[in-house]
Amino acid sequence: MASLVGSRVERKEDKRFLTGKGRYTSDINLANQTYAIFVRSPHARAQIKKLDISKAQKSSGVVSILTGSEIAEDKIGGLIAGWAIRSEDGTEMKCPANPPLAKDIVNFVGDPVAVVIAESLEEAKVAAEKVSVDYKVLKAVTSTADAMDGDTIHEGIDKNLCFDWLLGDRQKVKEAFEKADKVISIDIINNRLIPNAMEPRACLADYNSASEEITLYTTSQNPHLSRLIMSAFGNVSPEHKLRVVAPDVGGGFGSKINVYNEDIVCSWAAKKINRAIKWVAERSESFLTDIHGRDHVTHAELAVTNDGKFLGFKNETIANLGAYARVFGTVTPTYLFGPCATGVYEIPAAYSNVKAVFTNTAPVDAYRGAGRPEATYTIERLVEKASMELGIDKTELRMKNFPTAFPFKQTLVHTVDSGDYVAGMEKAKQMADYNGYEARRKDSESRGKLRGIGVSSYFEACGIAPSAAVMSLGCGVGLWESAEVRFNPTGQVTVYTGSHSHGQSHQTTFAQIAADELGVPIENIDIVHGDTDKGTFGMGTYGSRSLTVGGIAIVNACKKIVEKGKRVTAKMLEASPEDVEFKDGEFIVAKSNKKKTIGEIAFACYLPGVRDEMKSPLPEGEEPGLKETAFFDPSNFSFPAGTHIAEVEIDPETGEVKLEKYTACDDFGRIINPMIVEGQVHGGLAQGIGQALYENAEYDETGQLMTGSYMDYTMPRADNFPEFNIGYTCTHATTNPLGVKGCGEAGAIAAPPTVMNAVIDALGGQEITMPATAEKVWKACKNLKKSNSKAA
Amino acid sequence: MKDFNYHSAKDSKEASKLSSSNSAFLAGGMTTIPSMKLGLASYKDLIDIKNIKKLSGIKVSGKSVTIGATTKHVEVANSKEVKKAIPSLANLAEGIGDPQVRNRGTIGGSVANNDPSADYPSACIALNATIHTNDRKIEASKFFKGMFETALKKGELIEAIEFQIPEKSSYQKHPNPASRYAVVGVYVAKHKKDINVAVTGAKPCVYNDRDLSKALSNSFSSSSIQNMELDSSEMNSDIHASAEYRASLVVTQAKKAVDAC
Amino acid sequence: MRKVTLEINGKKVEKEVQDNTLLSTFLRDYLNLTGTHIGCDTSQCGACVVHVNGNSLKSCTALAADIDGSKVTTIEGLATNGKMHPMQEAFKKLHGLQCGFCTPGMVMSAVDLLQKNKKPSDTEIRDWLEGNICRCTGYQNIVAAVKEAATKM
Repeated sequence: MASLVGSRVERKEDKRFLTGKGRYTSDINLANQTYAIFVRSPHARAQIKKLDISKAQKSSGVVSILTGSEIAEDKIGGLIAGWAIRSEDGTEMKCPANPPLAKDIVNFVGDPVAVVIAESLEEAKVAAEKVSVDYKVLKAVTSTADAMDGDTIHEGIDKNLCFDWLLGDRQKVKEAFEKADKVISIDIINNRLIPNAMEPRACLADYNSASEEITLYTTSQNPHLSRLIMSAFGNVSPEHKLRVVAPDVGGGFGSKINVYNEDIVCSWAAKKINRAIKWVAERSESFLTDIHGRDHVTHAELAVTNDGKFLGFKNETIANLGAYARVFGTVTPTYLFGPCATGVYEIPAAYSNVKAVFTNTAPVDAYRGAGRPEATYTIERLVEKASMELGIDKTELRMKNFPTAFPFKQTLVHTVDSGDYVAGMEKAKQMADYNGYEARRKDSESRGKLRGIGVSSYFEACGIAPSAAVMSLGCGVGLWESAEVRFNPTGQVTVYTGSHSHGQSHQTTFAQIAADELGVPIENIDIVHGDTDKGTFGMGTYGSRSLTVGGIAIVNACKKIVEKGKRVTAKMLEASPEDVEFKDGEFIVAKSNKKKTIGEIAFACYLPGVRDEMKSPLPEGEEPGLKETAFFDPSNFSFPAGTHIAEVEIDPETGEVKLEKYTACDDFGRIINPMIVEGQVHGGLAQGIGQALYENAEYDETGQLMTGSYMDYTMPRADNFPEFNIGYTCTHATTNPLGVKGCGEAGAIAAPPTVMNAVIDALGGQEITMPATAEKVWKACKNLKKSNSKAA
Repeated sequence: MKDFNYHSAKDSKEASKLSSSNSAFLAGGMTTIPSMKLGLASYKDLIDIKNIKKLSGIKVSGKSVTIGATTKHVEVANSKEVKKAIPSLANLAEGIGDPQVRNRGTIGGSVANNDPSADYPSACIALNATIHTNDRKIEASKFFKGMFETALKKGELIEAIEFQIPEKSSYQKHPNPASRYAVVGVYVAKHKKDINVAVTGAKPCVYNDRDLSKALSNSFSSSSIQNMELDSSEMNSDIHASAEYRASLVVTQAKKAVDAC
Repeated sequence: MRKVTLEINGKKVEKEVQDNTLLSTFLRDYLNLTGTHIGCDTSQCGACVVHVNGNSLKSCTALAADIDGSKVTTIEGLATNGKMHPMQEAFKKLHGLQCGFCTPGMVMSAVDLLQKNKKPSDTEIRDWLEGNICRCTGYQNIVAAVKEAATKM
């Protein structure tokens, strides 16, 4: 039987999506459901002096109106940060309470203060407009850089500082910098982004008063984690009386990791009114209230020798958490950021210092890449600048500082198990025709255009796990994953995974893995996820962990099935279990022609007997049935890496940047389905290029979101991109049996510095901030013209 | 979207009769419906004029192209007659919004709405258009009064727009990367007697840039406006483009337009 | 309230609707045709694209009342006798979708393109898809799928 792992298997999930049969949360309706509209703060920071619902309550069709007071009375808990961070001085981070409905104070535009539940959506909207809230508007803090100088937003949190965190050794860095021939320094901003999964968030909560069970359909990347948080912290319901279903979910990119106010409020309220409640975000609401991403202000320095050896690195970063710290809010700018600070390089001394601040903006949390794009942007912009200042070719300078052997023990945290960075660089250069660049530059010049080339070599720590490591660093949960492999008596297989697919194609890739492990045709394998009532507890999908953690749990559960199959075969064929081999779905007794198919074994396990004989096919003590569960907790993260090269052409008259060429050469270890990996790379690149050239979430000084719709927030469209040139090198991960590494975030991590390095190269080294909009580039072109004419 | 009464008018007379101080005419609805959905506008009555046959269609004479108010952008973009008589006008229509907007949006709707960054108003100015309403004929230069403001009276309905066929013309747009509306759009038209440089997006209302047209009247070449610097004091400034940048874009797009003429 | 009569995916449908009912609401809530998606409120994302009288339009920006008497095709009506349309097949073959949310609108828009331009270039495809936003695919495989479908239609 040909192996499916490694082949371009078409997706099992596609037909339903392509024929309109997908089932997203907003597609689900329950009999007698009501509709919720949230009343939200129009101010970034204000005290609620009075909230009057009397007029709204009389509005047609209103079922109930609930506010922060009822939340407090019922002791419903708030939203939480999932990771406790300790400051450099040893003190614990300081986080404010974040009630699901604000009672006394609102802290960002969109912070909900009440929910209106009515018989129809229109009636709920009309009534919501009649809720009268008297606000005392306070001065908002919105700037990341100046947040520590602003008014104190949350009582008891001085300077709006959540924590002041350090990773690394300041003294060693000081010594390294003293030895340097040159110090390259840079001030950069990692612009704030809005994830914008195409499916807006939604939830539908139902309550059964007889069984006292709440069922919550919601747009989540991790239904079990949502249930845990809602039970343990939200006090919505005991865990066994809360079922969370995340059906088809239309993209997440990190924005659907969090439990949101609406999930808690609708679940709690459904029980209160004993009716189902449906809420679907309008895109304008998503812009205001989905978590945002990035938003760092950084000063970084690289100590180098004249011949291009890196001696030391440091960064001082202010990270904006927004109004509240949410699930991955505090870890994103720390343990997902700092450990990647030195990139793919051997840098003997390094530290990363991060001050995380609260502002009156939407909460900032994990968005595709989460911390690693910010780290990669910092080091790769620095290295590019170093190449300009040292006059050393950008690819040569990088290669000079690549590690020469693996495992590669980095200065800060990680020990990278495998990789070959030089091979990746060489291949990327060849794919991009790096050596032919000068001719293309001249051609652009002859047409009055500026051309630039940019390189970035990235690595990332993903496949987030291992539990002992992450919990030691403050994570509130372990990050293992579960799988359950269940044979039916007639031989088909259902695989339950704790991972969640919201575009990642688990139904296909996980089935490929199980098909190979079990020798069962892929048509006979179904992958089930997204329902806490169906599968074993699982941790969900984020941080490129589905395959490297969840996929391995499936492999291990399959191996247990095979082990049991061997024991049963041995009994049935009167052989010793050690002599039974398993291959392509058959259990074969060594040196004989005796064998059983896995289907026969499943049948025997479920129907363990024969007519007229007191005889079981099962060895003594063996349980009937064929179902195994595995929990996998890897020994390390996975470390994909690669080199990307971009070329841009700029029209100096308008400042428009055209991305002419984009080459990505990645090492994701072993690839299960090349077609799907390509899709992941393309999507990541689009988001990364979007950050570099188009996307920006902008608040004004009063805390109003200026980019609150697709009229103002630039979502990349098809005509913004060239055809991407994608290639791979492959070194297998040594920390999991499949040899796989994560691939979902690489594009979003590598692309921003790659593109910006190209833009800045075209602009003669002038720094500009992301996104490189036409106006910024136009201004830089004018400066360039001025300085060129002076030079001439 | 707040409730309203929908009416489908058979002719202009009926449409006009149905209108009130709290009504709007509905053609493609490409602006009206999104504005109502977002709660930025609400009406008691929406009067659909799409079924008024007389209001749709393209007529070309020796001197002018007359386009019915409910003619869709896609029809203008694909019209062989328009392409022949005023190719730049077909190009402009081809560049409005996306295919779905072009399949639905109408010229009359765009002109009546007078969005400061819409494309068609610049064509009206550049091509010395006459706006035919159910009541009168209005010269384009007197039609566009200010931001979202026109000479139309309550209940007055655009029936057609008559464009003068120029000797040469071109429309060049620098789109907003998010909305794809014009940050600046410049429509240059050289007529026998005059040259118009109509600019959209740069100021609160479309306008004819006299400085540029004067320079081009002396010599109709991009080099004659190459180094012009426009006064940016009255230009729009927002998160997408500063006034200074818009002023520069007007010249850049005008040069491109002249070169493309 | 008013009665509208439409032909939806080949079937005549008569329903009472409110004057302000959007076509997208009509399809999703009145007819349970939930393949048509709502991804924004400013008529830009294109997840709701359907065909009305053969042309693509954004169903979130049209009233059910004002398309009374029209023929509507939604993503549910594209396959014939259970066999997927060549555009659907091409999206599957070339991985032109991931989360699937923008897909119905994307497919309906792409079908309209090929009705009007049988052999579009890459640039023409990318330009045409201006009104459809996808956050997952980076568009590359969508463009490839449209080209593939062009060879089959």
